[in-house]
Amino acid sequence: MSDAPDAPTEIDKHLPENRPPVPEPAAETIDVRRGMFRADGTGDTSGYGGLVRAIQLPGASQRPYGGWFDAAADQLERVLPDFGDAIEKVVVDRDELTLFVRRERLTQVMQALRDDPTLRFEMCMGVSGAHYPHETGRELHAVYPLMSVTHNRRIRVEVVCSDEDPHIPSVTSVYPGNDWHEREAWDFFGIVFDGHPALTRIEMPDDWPGHPQRKDYPLGGIPVEYKGAQIPPPDERRAYS
Amino acid sequence: MTDQQEQQSADAYSTSRETTEGTVYTVSGQDWDTLAAGLGETSDERIVVNMGPQHPSTHGVLRLILELDGETVTNCRLGIGYLHTGIEKNCEYRNWTQGVTFVTRMDYLAPLFNEYAYVAGVERLLGIQDEIPERANVIRVLMMELNRISSHLVALATGGMELGALTPMTFGFRDREEILDVFEMITGLRMNHAYIRPGGVSQDLPPGAIDRIRDLLTLLPKRLADLEGLLVGNAIWMQRTSGVGYLDLTGCMALGITGPVLRATGLPHDLRKSQPYCGYESYEFDVPTETTCDAYGRFLIRIAEMKESLKIVEQCLDKLKPGPVMVADKKIAWPAQLALGGDGLGNSLDHIRHIMGQSMEALIHHFKLVTEGFSVPAGQVYTAIESPRGELGVHLVSDGGTRPYRVHFRDPSFNNLQAAPAMAEGSMIADVIAAIASIDPVMGGVDR
Repeated sequence: MSDAPDAPTEIDKHLPENRPPVPEPAAETIDVRRGMFRADGTGDTSGYGGLVRAIQLPGASQRPYGGWFDAAADQLERVLPDFGDAIEKVVVDRDELTLFVRRERLTQVMQALRDDPTLRFEMCMGVSGAHYPHETGRELHAVYPLMSVTHNRRIRVEVVCSDEDPHIPSVTSVYPGNDWHEREAWDFFGIVFDGHPALTRIEMPDDWPGHPQRKDYPLGGIPVEYKGAQIPPPDERRAYS
Repeated sequence: MTDQQEQQSADAYSTSRETTEGTVYTVSGQDWDTLAAGLGETSDERIVVNMGPQHPSTHGVLRLILELDGETVTNCRLGIGYLHTGIEKNCEYRNWTQGVTFVTRMDYLAPLFNEYAYVAGVERLLGIQDEIPERANVIRVLMMELNRISSHLVALATGGMELGALTPMTFGFRDREEILDVFEMITGLRMNHAYIRPGGVSQDLPPGAIDRIRDLLTLLPKRLADLEGLLVGNAIWMQRTSGVGYLDLTGCMALGITGPVLRATGLPHDLRKSQPYCGYESYEFDVPTETTCDAYGRFLIRIAEMKESLKIVEQCLDKLKPGPVMVADKKIAWPAQLALGGDGLGNSLDHIRHIMGQSMEALIHHFKLVTEGFSVPAGQVYTAIESPRGELGVHLVSDGGTRPYRVHFRDPSFNNLQAAPAMAEGSMIADVIAAIASIDPVMGGVDR
């Protein structure tokens, strides 16, 4: 018979030991830090002032991505016209798939991710902003975690924009539940979600100046006296860079 | 001056002023007579009521802006932000372990869930999620499930109070206190525990804790039965809740609603079952659902979930085997130890004696790890767990340093509150209260 017991079956191919090795993603440098205690000039007497450390986030991954990630990427490629233009890069890190989407194509990609029956990411779990002031031209990131109840999967969509042009299209037309989340990201990071029905501040008072969770916005606080010593506020204390 | 106007000016808290939008009245309760008399003067039937943020039935510092036509709500908008404390930003200035102390204060009725969601993220960033000792994971599940019961008890207690059922309120808070007593014994605090730490839990269960939990397991079913007897099938309660705050599966999907509100539409979506974490795959429990899509269904689900949680706690006690409660890697495991003294939980004197009197290396190690903390490899993760209110997600970014680069909590209350207009518009003003109570928002989590 052709079905010998040790012939590899469809299931065997997906066992961890039979999967093709996933290549290590290249790292992407977003910042270079010097010294050890974030002290400039003569303040640092530790002798560690000459240290140089590159801040590197996981970079683009090459195929195969491993697991169901390849099948999902293939399907998105099929349903999305001009896939290479819409998806900047794909990052697989810690068993999580991140699609970096060019902002012009965001709503289209989200629509495809939601509506295609084999993708079917019905739920968007909001949007989380992040500020990388040293990534010139890509300072502001918006991160959308998506979940598929149908297939029990999660992926992440990430969109970047610059400080000079902080505009990202709103996805509230695809995922109405992102309404408040986008208002929060506007409030805290100053990302303007074009097409949002009412992009106003949500956590801070309406007349608040600035966007508090950006890295250039100070934490605030006053020095506190403790047992005779002056303790500076947390953002002015010595830190390990 | 008429009598009415005299009365109005005499009451400093019930004033009116003219704006471009019409007359604005300030009412602070018990002075509705004054207002009602004044209202007769306006011809417009449309009235905008600002309820909250300090109102006993808005479930915390939530502000409801209701446009009314008679007693029917035609428009409902929510104002939040009154409890914003900047926890996410603060975490960026503390080390990874200190973050636990901050995030536990977000959703203050479910502190252990905040802690675990955050810690799970840190552990995945570190890549140590498989090295967490079995005992630590069992204790985490045990604590989380007890916390789920205490959180649901408050949901029922405050929900009952807001609808005028005061006995369930006293019952709910009384029974919650029994659970908080156990928490206090184990973690040292009733709330804001900072008990679940990256790598495990801050300390093992103290002597006598198991017996205490076993006592709780015999007491709580009786107490839950009392609470259930008061409300389930109660004609008044059902009139106030059934058919109220309707939101079907389509609405839930569109708005990203999770938790009891979603399960009341018949979808058995529970992350403990569908994407198990912390060893939930090895526990026997059911995911209760209802198909009524209303406030009463959500109430029934909370009742049923508390019973399921009791089942899980029971299994936890059987699973507890002696062993470490912190990861073996000394570069991550918190060196300080706590011990139960005569005046409660505090620093372990044995540990202090060891680092101060016996081992210089132990002191250096302690000092390094406590002041600097451990480095976490760069990258980002999103971890999600099933909190009492739905999917609690944490987005963590590390730049490879000893502090988080970004901490974001996707709090279920924040997201689910968006459903309030969909539930409330077109209903009576009294049903708005029932609808909001059935979402069970915790403003500490909403505003963070």
